[in-house]
Amino acid sequence: MKEIILIKNGEIALKGLNRSNFEDLLIKNLKWRLKPVGSFIIRKAQSTIYCEPADDSIDLDDAIDRVGRVFGIAAFSRALAVEKDFSVIAAAAPDYLEDTLRAAKTFKVEARRSDKRFPMTSPEICRELGGVLLSRFPHLKVNVEEPDVVVYAEIREREAYLHAGKIRGAGGIPIGSSGRAALLVSGGIDSPVAGYMMAKRGLELIGIHFVSPPYTSDRALQKVVTLMEKMSRYCGRMKLFVVPFTKIQEEIRDRCPEDLFTIIMRRIMMKIADKIAKDNDCAALITGESVGQVASQTVGALACTDVATRMPVFRPVIGMDKEEIIRIAREIDTFETSILPYEDCCTVFTPKHPRTKPKLHFVEEAENLLDCEALMAEAVAGVDIIEIRPQ
Amino acid sequence: MRDIYLDNSATTRTAEPVADAIYDMLVNCYGNPSSLYRKGLEAEQRMAWARKEIAALIGCDSGELTFTSGGTEANNLAVFGAMAMGRSRGKKIITTAYEHSSVGAAVRRLSDQGFPVVCIYPDQSGHIDIEEFAAAVDENTALATFMAVNNEVGTVIPVEKLTRMIRRKNPKTLVHCDAVQALGKIPVKVKKWDVDLCTITAHKIYGPKGIGALYLRRGVHIQPRQVGGEQEKKLRPGTEAAALAVGFGKAAELVSQRMQEDYRRIEEISMALRHSLWMTPGVVFNSPEDAIPAVMNISVPGIRSETMMHFLEQRGISVSSGSACSKGAKSHVLAAMRLPEERIDSALRISIGRYNSLEDAEAFCSALSEGMKSLARAR
Repeated sequence: MKEIILIKNGEIALKGLNRSNFEDLLIKNLKWRLKPVGSFIIRKAQSTIYCEPADDSIDLDDAIDRVGRVFGIAAFSRALAVEKDFSVIAAAAPDYLEDTLRAAKTFKVEARRSDKRFPMTSPEICRELGGVLLSRFPHLKVNVEEPDVVVYAEIREREAYLHAGKIRGAGGIPIGSSGRAALLVSGGIDSPVAGYMMAKRGLELIGIHFVSPPYTSDRALQKVVTLMEKMSRYCGRMKLFVVPFTKIQEEIRDRCPEDLFTIIMRRIMMKIADKIAKDNDCAALITGESVGQVASQTVGALACTDVATRMPVFRPVIGMDKEEIIRIAREIDTFETSILPYEDCCTVFTPKHPRTKPKLHFVEEAENLLDCEALMAEAVAGVDIIEIRPQ
Repeated sequence: MRDIYLDNSATTRTAEPVADAIYDMLVNCYGNPSSLYRKGLEAEQRMAWARKEIAALIGCDSGELTFTSGGTEANNLAVFGAMAMGRSRGKKIITTAYEHSSVGAAVRRLSDQGFPVVCIYPDQSGHIDIEEFAAAVDENTALATFMAVNNEVGTVIPVEKLTRMIRRKNPKTLVHCDAVQALGKIPVKVKKWDVDLCTITAHKIYGPKGIGALYLRRGVHIQPRQVGGEQEKKLRPGTEAAALAVGFGKAAELVSQRMQEDYRRIEEISMALRHSLWMTPGVVFNSPEDAIPAVMNISVPGIRSETMMHFLEQRGISVSSGSACSKGAKSHVLAAMRLPEERIDSALRISIGRYNSLEDAEAFCSALSEGMKSLARAR
């Protein structure tokens, strides 16, 4: 018995003339993601992508799980591949679909025959296979309007396929099809969600994280690595750039007005991120900011951080409530890690009364008290790179 | 960089003879103590030896000791086990507000299930008023549970006195003492204390992590928390962790030989430390003078515990942040003592052990002063 994964044309969330490029990219991504499970033969034919295990030892449940997290696929099917012979199909179907059909009350059969040399027509296949299933599972009734289960029999070029419907995919478009962007990741709830959302729109990610030892701990960094690993199950391989930030924070504290601490810190983070992003072929920055969530995320403060870089800054969670963000964080399994209680560099030195409506020229004036260029160059030179791979 | 380990209340370095004894058990005497052939018997005999050593240390019969996976399990077993034995004894539980969470959370769960609970709060110096504790005991009180030595501030409850007062109020009340932090530091004598249940664990006395024990006075019955085999008189079934038990026994043997010597050494270091910290402006003591010398809780108001802890860590010094950072839960012990927020946020616990020296205390003090100078005041 050979099971395969079928991803059909209509289920790829793409349109337009670039379609074939996108499909090639999707196949490349699928190959990467399925590699840890084992060897697969992945091919495109008749507007379908076939993922076929190359040997029997492959855990198809694991593969299904992974395919379900590959962006660019709206839905897919897990199907049994059989010889194109009706007696073989009729013999295999009841066993293969037994669990699904026992749990159902009503069903119907849908047949597709793309190989017109097959001796039976689609309605004939439906009728005959329906009869076979009814005699094996007498509790079932046929319902063509609203069946609990639809059994699909597809007669294709090489083989015939049997399955009981579609599995919802991760949606979005294939990673890499929109280029590359840099995600500022703090360790909180929002940034992994923001990264996930933009990766879904086809962006390949790199991560940028700021550390301030001894104010922040190794565990805080470990937490970010864990978060990125969890994200990488959707976003694929990523590089995490770890920027030493203690000296800059201490300088801001010593030289700048207290109430502007956070806004200046965030502007410098953006500027450093801008540098790293450019050096790594990124076309945009991504943050997990959401309007009004904290003092540094008021509209006025965002206006000040926004002009620190000329790159587009994507803030996909900007209009979302905390509850909505948490729902996605739970879905992608980053929530439990995000709420681990380690100090991150954003909470160090937090002023008691941060300025919520900062005036840009005051901020820039205060910033001029620092030797920004030298400090940033030093920070960038001290960057550590960690390779993140899906586990 | 020299390793300066000053977090002996979290856990201790395993003594070498203990590690040797465990290794020997693992590779040579690996039989299942319940097996009937000689290899099993050997393991059983060594475990029996260990049980005797531990029993001798706390002054009970070896038959009154049940091995568990550690202090948490023993505390859970004591509290839930005692309260599951029907209503004849009453329903009420008396405890303190600064117990270890393995007692605190267990009592909270029982409280949620409808058992009345009275919680006695410590004063600002971390002392429990035993008169107040005993006064809370009435004819409906099934269990009194309290710790002999507090793990965060090192204050001591006079167990013998308190137990006598409880007995006078209600002789039927079961008395459970969590002696995890007391063992090896002050004499733990369960018969003299007259308690019914007592929790101890190996890894605070230079033994391995993963094994503890519950003393259960002969004649007192509690309900097991797990069922299965016949091991540990059915009170804690499951294949015995024979190697760890033997390690525990060896650690107990060493403690009984060295307790005086350890105590003197720790007291000397502790006095030097206290003196030196006393002279450091900006340091506040959360442990009172009569706390055990092995535990010293201080605050450096203005510098967050976690920040100072990492600063010290960079210099090879391990201490506990005693409380937690702004995102984490605050120390429930210091909160129960009703200390100001600023002190709770900046608390550090230094705990001294057998392997520390005066130099360790000096290194700590100078690193602390350095940190106080260079670290940013949290605003």
